[in-house]
Amino acid sequence: MTTLLDILSWVLLTLGGLSVLIGGIGALRMPDLYTRMHAASVTDSMGTILVLLGIMLQAGWSLATIKLIAILLFLLLTSPTSSNALASAALLAGTRPFDDAVQDDDEGQE
Amino acid sequence: MIVIFGIFLLTLLVITAIAIVRTDNLFVAVMLMGIASLLIASNFFLLDAADVALTEAAVGAGISTVLFLSALALTSERERAKSSNRILSFTVVAAAALILIYATFDKPRFGDPEAPVQTHVAPWYLEKTPEYIDIPNVVTAVLGSFRGYDTLGEVFVVFTAGIGVLFLLGSGVPLGSLPREKINEGLRHHLIPRVVGRVLIPFILLFGLYVQFHGEYGPGGGFQAGAIIAAAIILFALLEGERRALSVLPERVLLGLVAFGPLLYGAVGVAGIVLGGNFLDYSVLSDDPVKGQQLGILLIEAGVGVTVTGVLLSIFHAFAARGR
Amino acid sequence: MYYVVTIATLVTMGLALIRAVLGPSVYDRVLAVNMIGTKTVLLLSVIAFLYGRPDFLDLALAYALINFIGVLAVLEFFRNRALRRSTERDEGT
Repeated sequence: MTTLLDILSWVLLTLGGLSVLIGGIGALRMPDLYTRMHAASVTDSMGTILVLLGIMLQAGWSLATIKLIAILLFLLLTSPTSSNALASAALLAGTRPFDDAVQDDDEGQE
Repeated sequence: MIVIFGIFLLTLLVITAIAIVRTDNLFVAVMLMGIASLLIASNFFLLDAADVALTEAAVGAGISTVLFLSALALTSERERAKSSNRILSFTVVAAAALILIYATFDKPRFGDPEAPVQTHVAPWYLEKTPEYIDIPNVVTAVLGSFRGYDTLGEVFVVFTAGIGVLFLLGSGVPLGSLPREKINEGLRHHLIPRVVGRVLIPFILLFGLYVQFHGEYGPGGGFQAGAIIAAAIILFALLEGERRALSVLPERVLLGLVAFGPLLYGAVGVAGIVLGGNFLDYSVLSDDPVKGQQLGILLIEAGVGVTVTGVLLSIFHAFAARGR
Repeated sequence: MYYVVTIATLVTMGLALIRAVLGPSVYDRVLAVNMIGTKTVLLLSVIAFLYGRPDFLDLALAYALINFIGVLAVLEFFRNRALRRSTERDEGT
């Protein structure tokens, strides 16, 4: 049973690490702000859930698990809020999404 | 392996520091300083110093960023043209850095068990804390009781800093130029942060109180709790507006908190004298000396938390009221 | 077991730092700071278990709070700046 839990949490932790890494690479290579936010949100949601679930399986039924659940709930509640606030602030300030099809006039302004 | 992680974080810190110095947009510098604070706090955590990491995160990454941004709102965003005498300043800084690096050659190796601090001071504290104070967190025991006079000085430093800022910027200035409609108009786009913030602020306050009173058993204490509670009230002020935040916690109450904290600390010290011991001797506060020590630490941590909350909030309101 | 996650998180923090230094607009930098903040929370949780000290999770929770408040403060700063500039423009004309 313990071995099964160990293997399961190892799988979850590795997948979580991969999600975080993929999101980080995406934030670096995506062409404009809004697509970078998409990439960063992968790390905030998938990465967080997988990694914290993996740690929770290791912790068992203890106070640490309750704290981890609190951290998970808090992050899941506030990351979308921050993304929403950031996107609406950028949109109000005039940042235009990247549009590859348009040629000359409508360059994305920062 | 942990050492490699620490070295990697420190390398990121060096890159951030170079970027802060090289940019001339002050806003970018403030953002990068937030990142630097998070990196150094992670490094403290890797070195197993949890209380310091918590304080660095709460004060450096959170409150300092907010205060710097409030100050930037009052001034311009670009750095002024640099002055001309750069060779002299560079020489002075390089000389000081070389002297410091030379001085580190005499330091004992990191974690050396034969170093003087590990053979005289640290074992004494580790052995005597269960006997005299009996709380699990030795850091709080040293900070609150064995070196309580130092912490009294720190509280007065925080108090003086708050008074200094209030002298410079004034307090209780009524909000001026921006008409109320314009303040409320932008909030329509920000309904989601308002709702989420309203749900979260009570829990943040509860967490701040938890950190305050849990300081004897785990990482925590007065400084961290004061910063977290101040951050919760600052969040309220950001989301609901300055007027409502000032109606919830008026200026008089904040000034009262700023003064009450050192007063409480000093009163505990004087109570030690009145009850027959020395200044800041908590053993005489109750019949059982160990209980007296724990009671004393609880009271002074409360004083520290109250002071830090009051000072941080007063400084924030002083900046924010000037900006409008 | 925790080393893979730690290395991945550290590398992502490095990538986000590059984004913060490079990012042409200020919103890219705010995004990068937010990312580093949430990655720090993950890093702390993992290392707390790596050390075998689960009572250090209070730090991770505090970081999560502070990160959220910091991002909202930055955006509020922008909103006020835009409002102030538009007010000055209206009063100037």
